[in-house]
Amino acid sequence: MAVTEAPRIVTARIDQPDSHTLERALATGAYQALRKALAMTPEAVAAEVDAASLLGRGGAGFPAGRKWAMLRSSPVTYLVVNGDESEPATFKDHLLVERDPHQLIEGVLIAAYALQVSRAFIFLRGEFALGLERVQAALNEAYGYGAVGADIFGSGFSVDIVVHPGAGAYICGEETALLESLEGKRGFPRIKPPFFPAAIGLYGEPTVVNNVETMSNLPWIVTHGGAAFAALGEGRSTGTRLFALAGHVRNPGVYELEMAKTTFADLIHAPVLGGGVRHGRELKAFIPGGVSAPWFGPDQVDLPLGQDEVGAAGSMLGSGSVVVMDDHTCAVRASWRITKFFSRESCGQCTPCREGSGWLERIMERIETGRGRSEDLDLLLDACDNIAPGLTWPPQQTTICVLGPSIPSSIHSAIVMFRDEFLTHVKEGGCPYG
Amino acid sequence: MSGHLNPDVLDRARQLISLYPEPRSALVPLCHLAQEQDGWLRPEAMAEIAELVGVTPAEVQGTASFYDMLHLEPVGTYLVSICTNIACMLDGGLELLEHAEEHLGVGVGGTTEDGMITLEEAECLADCDRAPCVQVNHRYVGSQTAESFDALIEDLRAGRRSDEIPSHGTLIRVRRDGGLRADPEQVARERAAMAEAKARRAADQGGGS
Amino acid sequence: MAEQPAGAASTATEAAEEGVTFTLNGRPAQARKGEMLIAAAERAGVFIPRFCYHPRMKSVGVCRMCLVEVSGPRGATLQPSCYLEVSEGMEVVTDSPKVKKAQDGVLEFLLVNHPLDCPVCDKGGECPLQDQTLAYGPGESRFVEEKRHFEKPIAISDLVLLDRERCIQCSRCTRFAAEVAGEAQIDFAGRGEMIEVSPFPDQPFSSYFSGNTVQICPVGALTAVPYRFTARPWDLDQVESTCTTCAVGCRVAVQSSANRLTRILGIDAEPVNHGWLCDKGRFAFESVNAEDRITQPLVRRDGELVPVSWHEALAEAAGGLQRALADGGPDAIGVLGGARLTNEGAYVWARLAKGVIGTDSVDAQLGDGLPAETVLGLPRATIDDAAGADTVVLLTGDLREELPVLFLRLRSAVVDGHAALIELSAQPSALTPHATAFLQYRPGDVVEVARALAGDGPAPRGIDAAQVEEARRRVRTGDVVVVLGRPSLAEDGAMAAEAAEVLAGLPNVRFLPALRRGNVHGALDMGLAPGLLPGRVTLESAGPWFDAAWGSTPARRGRDCTGILEAAAGDGDGPAVAALVLLGSEPAVDVPDRHLARRGLEGAGFVVAVTSMPGPSAERADVVLPAAEAHERPGTTTNIEGRVSRLGQKLVPPGQAWPDWMIAAELARHLGTDLGLDSLTAVWAEIERLAPAYAGITTEVLDAPWSRDGVVAPFGGAPSPSATAPLDPIAVPGVESVERQGAPPRAGATATAGGTPSAGAGERPPVLSGPAGTSAPHVAPTDSYSFRLVVGRTLYDGGASVGASETLAALVPSASLRANPHDLDDLGVSTGDLVRVRTARDSAVVPVSADPALPRNVVATELNVPFGDGTAGDLIDAGAPVVELRLETP
Ligand SMILES: Cc1cc2nc3c(=O)[nH]c(=O)nc-3n(C[C@H](O)[C@H](O)[C@H](O)COP(=O)(O)O)c2cc1C
Ligand code: SF4
Ligand code: FES
Repeated sequence: MAVTEAPRIVTARIDQPDSHTLERALATGAYQALRKALAMTPEAVAAEVDAASLLGRGGAGFPAGRKWAMLRSSPVTYLVVNGDESEPATFKDHLLVERDPHQLIEGVLIAAYALQVSRAFIFLRGEFALGLERVQAALNEAYGYGAVGADIFGSGFSVDIVVHPGAGAYICGEETALLESLEGKRGFPRIKPPFFPAAIGLYGEPTVVNNVETMSNLPWIVTHGGAAFAALGEGRSTGTRLFALAGHVRNPGVYELEMAKTTFADLIHAPVLGGGVRHGRELKAFIPGGVSAPWFGPDQVDLPLGQDEVGAAGSMLGSGSVVVMDDHTCAVRASWRITKFFSRESCGQCTPCREGSGWLERIMERIETGRGRSEDLDLLLDACDNIAPGLTWPPQQTTICVLGPSIPSSIHSAIVMFRDEFLTHVKEGGCPYG
Repeated sequence: MSGHLNPDVLDRARQLISLYPEPRSALVPLCHLAQEQDGWLRPEAMAEIAELVGVTPAEVQGTASFYDMLHLEPVGTYLVSICTNIACMLDGGLELLEHAEEHLGVGVGGTTEDGMITLEEAECLADCDRAPCVQVNHRYVGSQTAESFDALIEDLRAGRRSDEIPSHGTLIRVRRDGGLRADPEQVARERAAMAEAKARRAADQGGGS
Repeated sequence: MAEQPAGAASTATEAAEEGVTFTLNGRPAQARKGEMLIAAAERAGVFIPRFCYHPRMKSVGVCRMCLVEVSGPRGATLQPSCYLEVSEGMEVVTDSPKVKKAQDGVLEFLLVNHPLDCPVCDKGGECPLQDQTLAYGPGESRFVEEKRHFEKPIAISDLVLLDRERCIQCSRCTRFAAEVAGEAQIDFAGRGEMIEVSPFPDQPFSSYFSGNTVQICPVGALTAVPYRFTARPWDLDQVESTCTTCAVGCRVAVQSSANRLTRILGIDAEPVNHGWLCDKGRFAFESVNAEDRITQPLVRRDGELVPVSWHEALAEAAGGLQRALADGGPDAIGVLGGARLTNEGAYVWARLAKGVIGTDSVDAQLGDGLPAETVLGLPRATIDDAAGADTVVLLTGDLREELPVLFLRLRSAVVDGHAALIELSAQPSALTPHATAFLQYRPGDVVEVARALAGDGPAPRGIDAAQVEEARRRVRTGDVVVVLGRPSLAEDGAMAAEAAEVLAGLPNVRFLPALRRGNVHGALDMGLAPGLLPGRVTLESAGPWFDAAWGSTPARRGRDCTGILEAAAGDGDGPAVAALVLLGSEPAVDVPDRHLARRGLEGAGFVVAVTSMPGPSAERADVVLPAAEAHERPGTTTNIEGRVSRLGQKLVPPGQAWPDWMIAAELARHLGTDLGLDSLTAVWAEIERLAPAYAGITTEVLDAPWSRDGVVAPFGGAPSPSATAPLDPIAVPGVESVERQGAPPRAGATATAGGTPSAGAGERPPVLSGPAGTSAPHVAPTDSYSFRLVVGRTLYDGGASVGASETLAALVPSASLRANPHDLDDLGVSTGDLVRVRTARDSAVVPVSADPALPRNVVATELNVPFGDGTAGDLIDAGAPVVELRLETP
């Protein structure tokens, strides 16, 4: 396989230095899709999105069209855009909000029209100060241009968009925590069932929550038709997708690739993409879909970047992040740092997640810093098992949300793949990588 | 408890509240505003926010303290956040943090004696292709080495970056122009008509679809 | 539903709702529609361990202790049973290895950061975490890591301390504060492992309900200042009883160690308190332990009270009363008080006063209540009726201050959205924010407002017509319950009574009286009021029935509290009252018109005080008879609904203190009459036989397990079991053992019919019903310089029980005079300044504070807390329908 000739759908505009301005956006076709959509019935717009079989780009990969269908019979609904992007090593939405806010706004408007909502919220990660400014400025421009607000482009359709800043909490990316946060509360995830946003969402009303990238695909889909989108990719993985590549590669960055037609090997090694492992080192392991995902080793590098293919291999495409670790990487240290992340970011509601994450982190730290015991490996796995019974994938859980069962992924992967390294840490009383 | 937020901030706060169906939704944005005024979240500000959004001060404090960006203790003029999460760790984030502690003479969470710099160990800041990633007051300053970091600190102290990096608390310098535009009554009418049409269609199809 | 006795209704609905069948550990089980699995399993006999779940609060499903296996489309998964409604056909396994492992895991996780300081922890020995670790937990510890540390306890209020490292983040306390009390002054702060419960700086959790958080905390994180370190659970002995701190009658478990009270816990009585208590009820027991209790009979010799034997004291008391009788006849003797007595005590005292001495000048109310005929005659509602009504009309003082747990019940009824609230008051209360209509009237206008509400008159000036319209619409449809008390103590009680009688004309209306003091309803039921005889009957209608039983009854209607004090002070034209008997009452503190009370006590030639505490009554008395206090004698009490429930005896009375009924019986003997009442059981048997409203409430009925939460009088005769209360095993450790223990011990021998005169053969006299026909005095209009006074109450006041409870006494606030800010501007003063208040009779210099919730020319304050040099009672004139005053700069 190789890098395909697929069009750039969401990154078409970003090479221009002023890509975030209305002027540049209009010059490159922005809001034409919105005009087209407004001339269609809301049902017809939704039908195109359904035909595109656009999978959500936030992590769970649920088809957007199907999610919308659940909502289209409720009179009061909200649309909430998830721009909280905080999954470690994921930085694709960052790019979209800073570099093409009008594309995002246009996508939101198209969705709002299809869903007939009158208020949409764009929840952006608080640390995206520039992104917040860019989206707010773009929104101001869009209001001025008549694309948002009352009677958009004379179509009779009215909608307001509100940019809502987060304030620094990873868990608010989880959609129900995001809604709590948007209601002015702590980001405590809600229990599903019954709190599926599509049924009981913002202020208890049915709500669609979609990711920034999901929204950003909509203008293209409306312009070119759902079928054109579905023609790209393979199987359930249609269209293109952004992959954030980080870690020990020559060219870290965000790449838009046709789904399922490209492999991890292409992403990591192709000269126009990752450019290979840095400093001529070897690939030790990579994390395919954000730190919640189980790790892959060099054996799995030829898997295609498709949702079902990666799922079948025991992990997930998740948030579209790929982290490459070279053979000089300490697996204990890497998984310890990831565990520390979860411990700091657990919302704190569920006992297994709140207490388990901290305990696991302290055990991992002990091992990394040379105070490990040989029985710690079994202890780690057993405590992990108490958070995600069976340590299977997709995980079972003893917690409310899936942050809990994400904690074991890195520990379990590291122990299974690099057990000897753990034992060396214990035996030598320290980290062999220094 | 009112009277702490200055009139301009209060105006903006009221505008923010009007954007949401329920006032409490504006709680976090209002906390950002208060930080813009004071650099951190003073108890007086929390009490006033409580009044504005209709909750107790304990609830504002409880909610605000959940979020890393809302500071219930004073913060230096510049909050320097160094990411040590996985991608940055693979690229020397931990070492950079160690260097920063030494260079600034404070530990993580500490503020330099001159009150200029507060150091923070950040979780992933979503800028991983420029690892190790650093933000100052949530403005990205790109990948840093020990040397460039020291120069950055010097610039900050000398006020040379104050154009692009406002002092701590100012998150969004672009203000929303105007409140809601869609007429709520029109919206309500539309929604009612829509629901009715839906119900009619459903009835026409004999309830099955 | 209105006519059914309480409890029967819920049993009926229960039966109707049984309906979901599911499989529990392989066996079929039944659940109610919408019932959570954890509750349904418990009723089916399967206890699922839990920490965060509380049956009286919304589930949050966070501790994850209650995970069980539930079969679904994707096979069996672990689900929180506290958050899962049982559905038809659901298959549930609670004891599989997978469940056991998950529960072990949760327990182990909880112990990661939980200190093992059990030996010094108040909760040690009754700690669900400790117990469940034994029952479900892993055997050994796998931790070598350090636990999180906090500075030692922080005070979240004056009464409650928090040891943060013990907290297991179940959120029971914060949810209680927000959801039940409606005072979210504590909340979780922080995130993840660092979450802690936190009040806002300088704004403590100053709730009247803070003690409940201690009781429901599953570990020892929250401790109560009065209990902390005082006892170990295994040293405690307990008995089930009823709280008589106010008239709600919450069910409690009373615990003691070495004959000292150590703790009071709320028991979940479905019809009454749902497990909650107010802090006064929970902590005022300290007064029982007080060092300066009166424990010996005393008589005055050369101006000094000296200890004497019971015989001597009783002889002296009898002598004094006989002299007064000889000089002025029965009307020369007045009896004041009775709300601190048991029903049995009240009955024997009523018989002594009315049947032996022959005076009808007997009043258990202290000028701060309502005419007894009105209270007893109006159609009665239970607390459940009020909480389940479509509309609740408040014609009473601030319930949070006066009947706190009734406030909680009504608050949740309104907040849950099914009841509309209409409030008639001169000043807002804690329930006003939830009111559909708040008809705020000027003192003196209450009858007019009631007429307007009932639709036969215009609304008085200053009341929003739209609100009146809305309120009118509400009271015309559906069930209406009027909560009837005293909106202001500076207004004649006859006005509220007349207003109530106007409202009695509404369709489907019932009344829940809100007289607040202890067993005042029991005392009225037992006839401690002028014109009444035991069992809610009038002197006229029941005279012959009681003549037959008692030998005689008073010849004519006597005076009420105000009349007695006036006659003792030598006011008015009737014959003077020469001797006063004070039944556990402190008129000088509790009677709103303080001048009158003082003058009455001074004017009476001879005073007998039956009491347990030092105070103005004992100081004035010629004879002091020491009485046993609450928790020191068994008996029964009757609450606002007319619910008769048992009082448990936990302590031996100190020194020579006697139970109240026995004092009356012995005094009767010294007056030459043997009442033939030689045991509590005999007294109860006589009440049941003679007092019409109590017919059928036999000892057997009261002792039956199904009447654990009491029975409402009049009693229908059929068992009316209260619904099985959802008991929170975390909140009431060990209370089940009380149940098994059976009835609390009763003093005395079994019932004896001998010695009591047999009642007349005729029909029992009819119980009072219908409006009494009260007509309130006319209130003259005033000039624009005058202010009218509103006097409310505060829970912690200068009353006897608070004063003698160390912890609570410190919380008594001092009052200021609240006034509309514009009125203060006109006077040129502002909050904190002093003003001079002048009434026709007195003047005082007091601090003012601005209160925009008051209309102009109305000022408000509270009774019985420090106010200038005295109390607000100095301004109240029992002879005037409203209190007019003027304000000046001092
Ligand atoms: C712990 C956690 C963190 C998440 N973080 C994000 C995030 O930062 N951004 C995002 O879009 N979705 C995130 N998600 C997924 C959302 O819950 C949700 O599935 C998504 O926003 C739906 O949008 P989509 O259907 O367009 O993907 C997260 C989920 C979990 C459990
Ligand atoms: S699993 Fe963790 S993050 Fe998710 S709700 Fe539970 S405690 Fe919060
Ligand atoms: S999660 Fe069910 S009792 Fe706590």
